[in-house]
Parts: sequence; structure tokens; C-alpha cells
Amino acid sequence: MQLWLIPIFPLLGFVLNGLLGRRLPKSAVNAIACGSVFLSFLWVLKVLFGANAFSGGLETVQVEKYFTWIQSGTLSIGVDFAVDRLTAVMLMIVTGVGLLIHIYATGYMAQEGGYYRFFAYLNLFMFFMLILVLGANFLLLFVGWEGVGLCSYLLIGFYFLEKFASDAANKAFIVNRIGDFGFSLAVFLIAMHFGSLDFGTVFTTVNGMPVEAHAGWMTAIALLLLVGATGKSAQIPLYVWLPDAMAGPTPVSALIHAATMVTAGVYMIARSSAIFLHSAHALDVVAIVGIATAFFAATIGLTQFDIKKVYAYSTVSQLGYMFVGLGTGAFSAGIWHVMTHAFFKALLFLGAGSVIHALSGEQDLRKMGGLRQYTPITMWTLLCASLAIAGFPFLSGFYSKDAILAAAYEHAPWMFWIGVITAGMTAFYVFRAFFLCFFGEYRGDLGGDKHGHGHKDHGHGSHGTPHESPPSMWIPLAILAVLSLVGGYLFNIPKYLEPLFKAPEEAPGSEWTMYVSIAAGLTGIGLAYVFYVLSPGIPQSIAQTFAIPYRWIYNKYFVDEFYDAAVVNPIVDGSRSLMWRMIDASGIDGIVNGIGHVARALGDLVRQTQSGFIRSYAAWVVMGAILVIAAMAITGGTR
Amino acid sequence: MPMPPPLPASVPISWYLMLSAILFSLGVAGFLFRRNIITVFMSIELMLNAVNLSFITFSYKLRQVDGHIFSFFVMVVAAAEAAVGLAIILTVFKNRQTLQIDEISSLKN
Amino acid sequence: MDAILFMLFAAIAVVCGINLVVQKHPISSALSLVGVMAALAALYLLLGGEFIAAAQLVVYAGAIMVLFIFVIMLLNAGTERRGRRSWTHYADVPILLVFVGLIAALIANRMPGSEAVIFGQFTKGTAKDIGSALFTTYLLPFEVTSVLILIAILGAIVLARKEID
Repeated sequence: MQLWLIPIFPLLGFVLNGLLGRRLPKSAVNAIACGSVFLSFLWVLKVLFGANAFSGGLETVQVEKYFTWIQSGTLSIGVDFAVDRLTAVMLMIVTGVGLLIHIYATGYMAQEGGYYRFFAYLNLFMFFMLILVLGANFLLLFVGWEGVGLCSYLLIGFYFLEKFASDAANKAFIVNRIGDFGFSLAVFLIAMHFGSLDFGTVFTTVNGMPVEAHAGWMTAIALLLLVGATGKSAQIPLYVWLPDAMAGPTPVSALIHAATMVTAGVYMIARSSAIFLHSAHALDVVAIVGIATAFFAATIGLTQFDIKKVYAYSTVSQLGYMFVGLGTGAFSAGIWHVMTHAFFKALLFLGAGSVIHALSGEQDLRKMGGLRQYTPITMWTLLCASLAIAGFPFLSGFYSKDAILAAAYEHAPWMFWIGVITAGMTAFYVFRAFFLCFFGEYRGDLGGDKHGHGHKDHGHGSHGTPHESPPSMWIPLAILAVLSLVGGYLFNIPKYLEPLFKAPEEAPGSEWTMYVSIAAGLTGIGLAYVFYVLSPGIPQSIAQTFAIPYRWIYNKYFVDEFYDAAVVNPIVDGSRSLMWRMIDASGIDGIVNGIGHVARALGDLVRQTQSGFIRSYAAWVVMGAILVIAAMAITGGTR
Repeated sequence: MPMPPPLPASVPISWYLMLSAILFSLGVAGFLFRRNIITVFMSIELMLNAVNLSFITFSYKLRQVDGHIFSFFVMVVAAAEAAVGLAIILTVFKNRQTLQIDEISSLKN
Repeated sequence: MDAILFMLFAAIAVVCGINLVVQKHPISSALSLVGVMAALAALYLLLGGEFIAAAQLVVYAGAIMVLFIFVIMLLNAGTERRGRRSWTHYADVPILLVFVGLIAALIANRMPGSEAVIFGQFTKGTAKDIGSALFTTYLLPFEVTSVLILIAILGAIVLARKEID
């Protein structure tokens, strides 16, 4: 099958663009970058068609072993790639949506500096993400995991001359690191307990164990894996990096922080489902973390004014939904939502990018409005995406979200109700953004050459009136819109993944859950229409009436400030006063300087003999003579 | 009238050596503690004389003439040294107009 | 009789030696040194070294000391000024005593019950004996010392002459 070719194409793209891109014309850079992803996509199709993946084949996993990487005692870790149906789904998402975003980026980044560097990093990201998905053991997954974290850092901090961008990149990397620490511990425990990191070996062993055996170990491993997932997939408590990551260019937000990297945690938990199923409470914890995050992030999304921040909190919230799906045992529902979320969230971000591009860098919703006459294509595609995420019947988001909510109801009804409320909020804030952006009067100040304020992509200079995006940008939008509309209907993931995950049984008479969620979505849309189109003064008055809760929510519940005070500042201060001042400056420098001082003092002492003073020389001579005589007297002389 | 106790007829060799030691240490003392260059020089001569006495004494003890020869050579060398040394002192005096040993300290610091 | 002579000349030697170290004016020290040398010459005689005693008086006391006195008078060296009282001023006597004590201990260790010095016991100190030893066994040092003296003369002349401007 030559699976290794799939990640190699983007790696070649990275090398070529990275080394030579500076001297190549933009068209060449585009060709290399998009071409490599396209080749990867084609190869994925070839592999999957070859294995009859779409026509009933690939029921068992197919492994390709390349070489042994680590051989240490009894632990042997090889570089192996594996393909099963779950991998197939992920591969299609990563390469397909990735390709569309690469094409979009050629239009979006056309005016930016560091063009070749951007595409080099994007290709490198694709490489690592594909390794993550294709890896057949925990260590390869971790390699990909770390690699996408690195690329995320590089891409968030793409405008590294701006302090807030490099701060955001640092934050993303460091918070991810905390999650990675948990993941590493889990990997160690797995190696210790199972003697191998290979997926096949581990999961076969786990499945062969009776349910209650080693439950403590399994729970520990599962919870540590969850810690890693909360870091990468932005759940409570490690979600704080994702909103700040919007400092990166919009295609980055679309690709990494919507469609692919953040879903790595979901993928990892789905892959390790055997371990989670054998642990008594880990799945409960996953579900609780998921639902809490979903609700929490949705409330924050209600109040944000930066369009990318709204979508960022929406991503956190939707990831929470995926975790709920996983946690309630409906693994395939969670993966389904990964797929549909990739479609509509990538579309939302790319559409937002299109809007920002049209407004020459403006990101604040308060300065938008009435854009539907200027950017019709963007509007229609964003409408498709917003309807999909709101769970409008028969669109993609509807299927996956409904599956998750049904599983939630089976598991614990209170989760279902909170999920419904969150769905309502989701619909509300997405359409809030939509109406504020495209309806009403244009509130911005384009027409002069003012730059928007707030976190922005680099302004493209003033373009005069808002204008529609070039084809390189709206064609991917259109394709994603189509996918958002029909993707749920066409691709029935739970049925597809049945060999891997048992589909949860539908309890009879539970169709009412579906109607409730539809109702919640429509209510949200309607409320948004009322608030932002019909009577635009309502939100303001609500904010003033409930000033204190509003202030808390608007400031993201001051979580960042809390982390700063509780964790960051103590560590920085402690490091500064203890490690730097005491240990380094006083201790180590003291020792090193002390040696110098001792040498100097000794020199001073010995210097006394060279006084230039004849009589002191004489005295030294006499003393020496006395010593020699005394020595001879004691030892008996030369006799 | 009571008779004074009879004197010893002669003196043991070690007494000569003791005398030599005393003279030597006197020379050392002068060498260390006098400030006039010429006096220091003379203390050196005193040390040399003390050593000469020591040589002769041992020559007596061993009944050999070699000690006398050594003593002879010491005298010759002392003469040469005295000549050159005094010439140096003359030169120093011409340059610095002083014979105080403490002031001839241009090597200091 | 030997004992009395020894005591006498030893006393003269020590007193003159102390005088040498103590006197302020160099000329007094020089004259004391002459006294020491004379006393030592007598002691050499007691030990049977006739030639050496004569050489001592002729060369040492007669030539070297005269040279010293010439230089002292030439330089018109006055009395020594009283210098700074450094720690050395109070350390001299103790150091001296230590020194003497050490050497005395050494001697006492090595020569218990030694023989007595009797005048006339040693007969090989005549000029004939010294001459024959000098020109046979010690010929090489003898020639070398003559070269040494030549060099010393050269050095003294070079050092002490006036600069040719």
C-alpha cells in the first residue's frame, strides 16, 4: 500500500518551500504547497479504493511495518503505519479539507510577507498530522502530536513581530505541554503495563481482559490520556490557548484549530476506546468534562465581539460535544461530529477570513454590517455553515449532533438537557455573528484608510469599499458549503465505523430528543433574528440589566487572570528569585567567581615575597636555611 | 689558702664548633638587621670566617689537610667577592648617594 | 694552657663580633672585624694550621679589611640613621637565639664525648703539606681560582671606573 507516501508529499513540500521558497515566484510556491497536499489526497484515495474502503472492505486493520525504531530490552517500538476505517475517515478529512484550505490560503495570504514560510509550515503541519493519524503505536502518535503542537506554535506566531502573536504562540505551546505531560505519563504506564506500545498488541490484550481486571490501571491510563486530550483539544481546564490562537492567520485557525489538530484528542480517545471501556469511571469523566466545556464556552461565545473569537469559543464548545459523544460510549457519533465539524467550522473560519479580507482587516462585529450586498458568495456559504452548526434538519451538523444528544440522554438525562440548552446558545451566537455581519447598515469606517482595532490579521491597506474575494478563496468556500449541507446525509459514519465501535442502540420512542434539539436550534436562530435584525437595542439593554453576569461572561470568567495569578506568576517569581537569584547568580556564579577570588588571594599572598626589599629577601634566605638545618637535624642528615 | 680547682688541660673540639656557630649567627644577625650596606657586607665576611674555623676544626679532627685547603679557597673567593662587591657598592653610591639598604628598593612593587 | 688560650681568644672573637653588629659607624665595625680575624688566626694556630693562620692575617686582615676601610673612608659613610621600627627590630634576638640553639643542638647530638684539642697534635698544617696537596690533588681548583681572581679584577675595574662621556 505504500502508506508512507501519504505523509512524504507534504514533507517534501516543506523541504522545498522551506529551503528554496525565498527565491521562487509565488506561483511556484503555490504549486509546491497545494500540489503536495493534492498528491497526498490522491494517494489516500488510491490506498482506500485499493482496499475497497468505500465498498465494504477494510474491516480489519491493515498494518505496514517499516523498521524498528527502538529496541530496548523487551520493549520494541517500530515505525509502523496502520489503516482501518477510523484512519480512513481521518485521512479523508485531513487531506481533503486540508487541500481546500491550502487553496484558500493562496488567495488569502497573497499580500502577506513571509509567504513561502507560511506554506512551508502548513506543509510541515500536514506531515505531522498525517503521522499522527497513520501511526500504529502510541509513540508515533505522540510524535505527530508533538509535531502538530510545534507547527501550531510556528503558525500562531507567524506574525512574530507582534508581541501578542508571539505571546499567544507561547501560551499555546506551553499549555499544550502540560497536556503532553499527562499523555507521556500515560504512555509510560502503557509501556509498563502492557510491555508494548503497539496499538494492535495493547488493544487485543485489553479486549481479552475481563471487564473488572486491572480497573485501577486502566482508569489511571485513561485519565492521563484524557489530560493530554484536554490540552490538545482545548477542554477545561486547558482550553485557554485556543481563543488566543486566533492571533494567527485565518487559514491557520481554520485548518489547525477547527478541522484537524484540535480533533487529534478526540481521535486519540476514540482510538484508545478499548482502554476507556475497561475503566469504570474514565468515560464518565470524559463526558462531564465535555458537557461542562460545551456549556461554558458557549456562554462566553454569546458576548464576544471579535468574529474569530466567537468561532473559537464555538470550536471549544463543539469539541466538548465530541467529548460527550465519546464519554457516553457513542464513539462513532463523536467521530461523526469531527467530520461534520471539520466541514462547517472550516467554512465558518474561511468565511470569516473572507469577510476580514473584504473589510481590509476589520474583525470587530460592531464595525460590520450590511455586507450582503458586497459579498454575496461569502454570505450564502456562511449561511450554509451557520445552519449546519445550528443543527438545522438534514444538514450535516444535525445528524451528528443529534446522535450525540441521543446518546447523552441514554447515559444521563441531565447531560441531554444541558446539551440542548447549549445547542440553543450555539445557534444563537452563530446567527448573532451572521446577522451583525451581513444585515443592517454598514457600521464600519472603510472609505478612509483606517485600520481596524483589536486582534487583527495584517491589514491589506485600504481597499476602498468592501469587495468580494477572489476565486481562489470562494471556490473552497463553495465546496465546503456543499459538504456542510449534504455531508451528514451522505456519510453515515456510525454505520461505517460499526466494525470498530458498536453503535449505540436506539431506545424506542426516543425520537422526541431529535425534535427537542431541532426546536432548540430554531429558537436560537429566531432569537438572534429578533435581537439583531428586528430590534437591535435589546442586547444592549439586557447587557445593562444583567451587568454583573455580563461582565463576568464578557471577560471569559477571568479564567486567564486566575491562571496568571495562581500558576504563572508564582512560577515566574519563584523561578526569578529562587532559581535565578539564589541558585544561579549566588550559588553557581559564586562558586565560579569564588575560585577566581581564591586564586587572586593566593597570588596576593605569594606576592609578599617579591617586595623589592633587600632585607626581606635576606630574612627569607635565613628562614630557609633554618628550615633546612632543622630538617637535617631531625632526619639525621646525610650520614 | 685553698687552691683554685685545676683548669682542664684542653678544650673539646665541640667547643670550637660552638664558637663557630656563635660567630656565624652573629653574622646572620648583622646581615639581617643592619641598614648600612657596608656593614652588611662585613657581616657576610664574619660568616665566612666562622665557616673557616669550622673547616679547620674538622681538619684537625680527621687529621687531614683537606680542611685547610678548603679554608684557603674560601679566603681566595672571599677576596674576589669583596673586591667586586665593593665596586658594586661604589657604583650604587654614585647613583643613589645613599648607603641605606632600605632606600635601594627600586624593585619594590 | 690550651684551654686558657682558647678561652681568651674565643672571648675576644665573640666580643668583637658583637661589637661589629652593634656599632653604628661602619668604621668601628670594620675595626671590630679586624679584631675577630686576629683572634681567629690565633685559634687556627692552636689547631695546628700554621699556614692558614698566616694567610688569614696577611690576606684577610691585611688586604681585605684594608680594602673595606678604604671604601668606607672613600664613601664617607656616616652613622646609620635610625630607621623605621618595623617588626624586625623586636625579632632579632629571638631569631638569633633560635638559630644558635638549633646549631648547638645539632653539634651536641653529633659529637658526644669528643676528643680534646691539644696544640701540636696536628702536624700536617705546614706550608709544605698544603703546597703539596694544592699542586697535586687540588690542582684544578687552584687554577680555576686564579682565573676567578682575574675575572674579579676585571669586574672591579669595569664597575668602578668613571663613565667616559
